Order: sequence, then structure tokens, then C-alpha cells
Amino acid sequence: MERLPQTNISPPKKLILSALVMLLLAMTFGVIGSFQYVVPGLYKTFLSFEKIRPLHVTSAIFWILMAATGGTLSYLDELAGKIDQNRLTQGQWIVFLVSVVAILVSYSIGIFGGREYWEFHPVLAIPVMAGWILFTINVVRSTKKLKDRPVYVWMWITGAVGFLITFSESYLWLFPYFQRNIVRDMSVQWKSYGAMVGCWNMLIYGSSIYLMQKISGDKTYARSRVSFLLFFIGLTNLMFNWSHHIYTLPAASFVKHLGYLISMTELFILGRIIYKWKATVTSALRYRHLLPCRFLMAADLWIFINLSLAIFISVPGINLYTHGTHITVAHVMGATIGINSMILLAVITDVMNKACGSLLSYQRQITAGLISANISLLVFVTALTMAGIKRTHWQMSDRTIPFSVMMNESLPYFLVFALSGVALFASFIVIVYPIMKNALACSAVNFLSLKLKIQPAVE
Amino acid sequence: MIRRAVLVLLVCLFGVYSGHIYLTPTTDGSDPAVQAGKMIWQKKNCTACHQLYGLGGFLGPDLTNIYSAKGPDYIKSFVQGGTATMPAFILSDNELKSLIEFLKHVDETGRSDPRRFKINLNGTIASN
Repeated sequence: MERLPQTNISPPKKLILSALVMLLLAMTFGVIGSFQYVVPGLYKTFLSFEKIRPLHVTSAIFWILMAATGGTLSYLDELAGKIDQNRLTQGQWIVFLVSVVAILVSYSIGIFGGREYWEFHPVLAIPVMAGWILFTINVVRSTKKLKDRPVYVWMWITGAVGFLITFSESYLWLFPYFQRNIVRDMSVQWKSYGAMVGCWNMLIYGSSIYLMQKISGDKTYARSRVSFLLFFIGLTNLMFNWSHHIYTLPAASFVKHLGYLISMTELFILGRIIYKWKATVTSALRYRHLLPCRFLMAADLWIFINLSLAIFISVPGINLYTHGTHITVAHVMGATIGINSMILLAVITDVMNKACGSLLSYQRQITAGLISANISLLVFVTALTMAGIKRTHWQMSDRTIPFSVMMNESLPYFLVFALSGVALFASFIVIVYPIMKNALACSAVNFLSLKLKIQPAVE
Repeated sequence: MIRRAVLVLLVCLFGVYSGHIYLTPTTDGSDPAVQAGKMIWQKKNCTACHQLYGLGGFLGPDLTNIYSAKGPDYIKSFVQGGTATMPAFILSDNELKSLIEFLKHVDETGRSDPRRFKINLNGTIASN
């Protein structure tokens, strides 16, 4: 019988493909939202900003969660042999899909929980939690088999378990003790969110270290003292630096000073990046022919830009000027798109490379998308920063003009922000389309093989 | 072994620190009207466009101290009438009253205006 290439899409890859759909949805909603800044009242009657923002944010978060867990599970599969928890992954994938569809539908019909980031009704947190529990069991079980655990395994376990804790913590507001105290409620909310972002970053950075090891063949770094030192600095920041979000909230001074102090430990990471710059560039140039490495090079650049900005705005005296402005949004976009999405796409181009055929034939197209995405992102972040500076000036002045006039005067920046958003979206389509086409070709092959009774190869 | 010890230490410190955050006394807002108002704030997803203490969406202004700055009638007219950007929200009189009570309560907890802070030489800030 004729044998065909790989056929079935494994559950981790299903998570990744769903993540790519979420990325495109996030970009679609993001573009619509950005034009609501340019044309006030656009779609106000049926898709106003209080709907479009959660649609965008939730899609973006699920892009990250699905891609990060899919990437982690794919690498665990490589590391620990054929993981026997594919049923768990399949379960996680189904639960996440059902959750995200229910959440997006609920937003569309105006049902909200009204908490920033997790703006859906709290009932819908139950399936999200259930899906994450399946993922955590999967990670813990799979890593049990590993001896002499390298740093990325520590990061994956910490990220998986930590998310469960912080996600639960973000729902403490349901208890009257937290609910009835706005300052306590907001403190706990931002404490949990700060740590939660740190948790999914653990998964993403863990996968990037594994990927770099895979590309270079050098297994020493992931077991070195330096890598563990950086891991513990990251973990300390995850746990204690969150209060840089709430410097103006009337919470205890001790909490804010601790957040400030811990945030400054990131200077060590920044210093190391600068110190190792030459070696990083040399190494990147050596592997630049590889698609995942090109995404990692872009992420490296954004790590430098964003870490510098993060340290800068973590100084309370500077944060006073940037807090509550689009400079914060610029930082978030730089981190989410420039760092997280670039690393996740590096992982995805590695994992999906042999999903069916090789991605090699699409290398030029994907690289063009990558370059275009980074140029668009730079313009996008700059426009947001300029709008933020305008708002800072208004906030710190005697406010002789009303808020709406200040927003009108910011229109040129918002227009550039919206147009560069469109360019960014187009660039991501150029990147994502061949990856999905390549992977889904297998499903078509599988379907046809069943119809024509051709023996498919087992993946 | 050392790595595990460091991890355990960090987790313990995190637990103690979390307890400290949870137990620190803050302004009580247990008035039922304030609580009902907070639920309306959340159900209408006001945070998508507005901020409290600079946290939230940036399409609209920060509302932390809107009550003392503009008064209840101003809030009422904006919620009911909407703006070019903001849709008009259909709320009952009781709901509107509760929302205003919530904003009044938030206003009483502190000041979010960055001009009210003093910057110290070490980079920290203090409320004036």
C-alpha cells in the first residue's frame, strides 16, 4: 500500500493551531478597537469599546496560553519520550476551546464579569481552571521521569503550578472580605495579575531556552549556575515586583517600596544582556538560516527595549508620569507582541516544521512577514508612546483643556497606531497562513486516505 | 539541594507576604449601595474604557475622583446620555444611585491625580 507522510495532528499541535486562530482573532478585534480611537463612536451601537476590548484581550491571552502550553507539551514529548498523557492534552484542548467560544459569545451579548484582563463572567473561569489543571497534571507527570532537571523543566513546572495559584487568587474578589474593600481588592487583583503574567512567561522563556539548546546542541547552559540564578531572579520578580502597578493606590508604603526594590534586580538581567551582546549576535548570526532562530533574534531585540523601558517605568517617580497613559500600553504591546509572540512563533515554527511537509519552502515568505511585523510593531509602539507623552503632559498640567479635546489632539498618533496595527495584522497573516496551511494539509491527506483506503503513516 | 532550598524559601516568603497583603486593613466599603454600585461597574465593564487609580482602559478618563471633581449630577448625565464615544447606559434609578455611591466611596479612599504626589530623591513618591 502507498504510504503517506505524517497524518494525524497530535493534541499539542491542535493547541498550537487553535492558538494561531486566536492570534488572528486578537488582531482582528485589536484593529477594530484601534479605529474606535480614530473614529469616536465607530460601531458604538453593537460593538462598542467595552465589548471590543475584552474580545481583543481574551483572544490575545488565549493565543498566549494555548501556544505556550502547546509548545511546552510538544517539547516535553521530545524530552520525556512519547508522553502518555495525550488524552489529558486532548481534554485540555477541548475544554479551552469550549471556554473561549463561550467567553467570546458572552462578551458579544454583553455579559461581563468586569475585571480587567479576565472580563468574563466568573462562572466561565471554572472550565479555564479545569483545562489548566489537566495541563499541570500533564507537566508534573511527564517531568517525573526526568533526572537532572535542566532549568527549563523548573520553569515549566513553576509556570504551570504558579498559574493555578495566581488564577485562583484573581478570583478572591468573589469573597465579601475582599470585595468590600476597594484598595485591598485592587491590590490583590494586581498582585495576582503581575504574578500570572510571570507564570506564562516562565512557560514561554522555558521553551525558548529548550529551543536554543536544541538549535546549538549545547546542553551546558540549561544546567549552569547562571541559568538558575536568572531563573530565581525571575521567580523573585514574579512573586514580589507586581506592586509597580499600584504606586498611586493608597496601599501600604512597604509594599510599594518592595516592588520598586525587586524591580531593580532586573538591572542585573539587563546588564548581562549588554555584557553578552557580542556573543549573542555571533551565535544568532551562526544560526540565522534557521527560521526559529530568526524569531528569537527579533525577540532578543524586544527584550532589550522592553526590559529597559520596564526598569525605567518601575521607578515610582517616573512611573508617576507614565502610569495611566498609553506608555503603559506601549510597554504591554512590546512585551506581548515583541517578546512573547516572537518567542512563541519561534517555538511554533520549530514544532510545526515537520507537521506535514517542511516549512522550508515557505521560509522566504515567513521571513518577509517577520521583518514587516517588526517594523510595523516599532511604528505601533512609537505611536502609542507619543500618545502617552501627550496624555502625560495633560495629566501633569493644570488641565485647561477637557479630556475629550486632549484625545482629539492625539488623533494623529492614534491614526498611525491604527494603520501600523493593520500592517502588523497583515504581517502576522503572512506568517501564520503557511504554518496553518502546512499543518492542515495533513488533515486533508488523512481524510482522503481514509476515503480512498490508503494506508497512512502513523505519526 | 540548594536550588530546592531556595525555591522553598521563596515560596514561604511569598506565602507570608500574601498573608500580609490580605490582612492589611483598608477603607471599608461594605455599605450595600456601594457593593451594588461596584457590581454595576463590573457588569457594564466600565473598566474597559475608564480607570480607577490609573488602572483600566484608556479610551475614557480616570474616574477615581470624579465624584468630588464634578458631582453626582454630572455623572448621572454622562451615564444616561452617553458621549460621542460612550454608549448611553440604561440603568434604573436605584442602579444609577448605587453606581454613584460606589464612585463616591472610591473617591473617599484617596487621590489618583499624579500632581498630588511628591517625588523623593531616592525615586519613591509620597502623597502630598
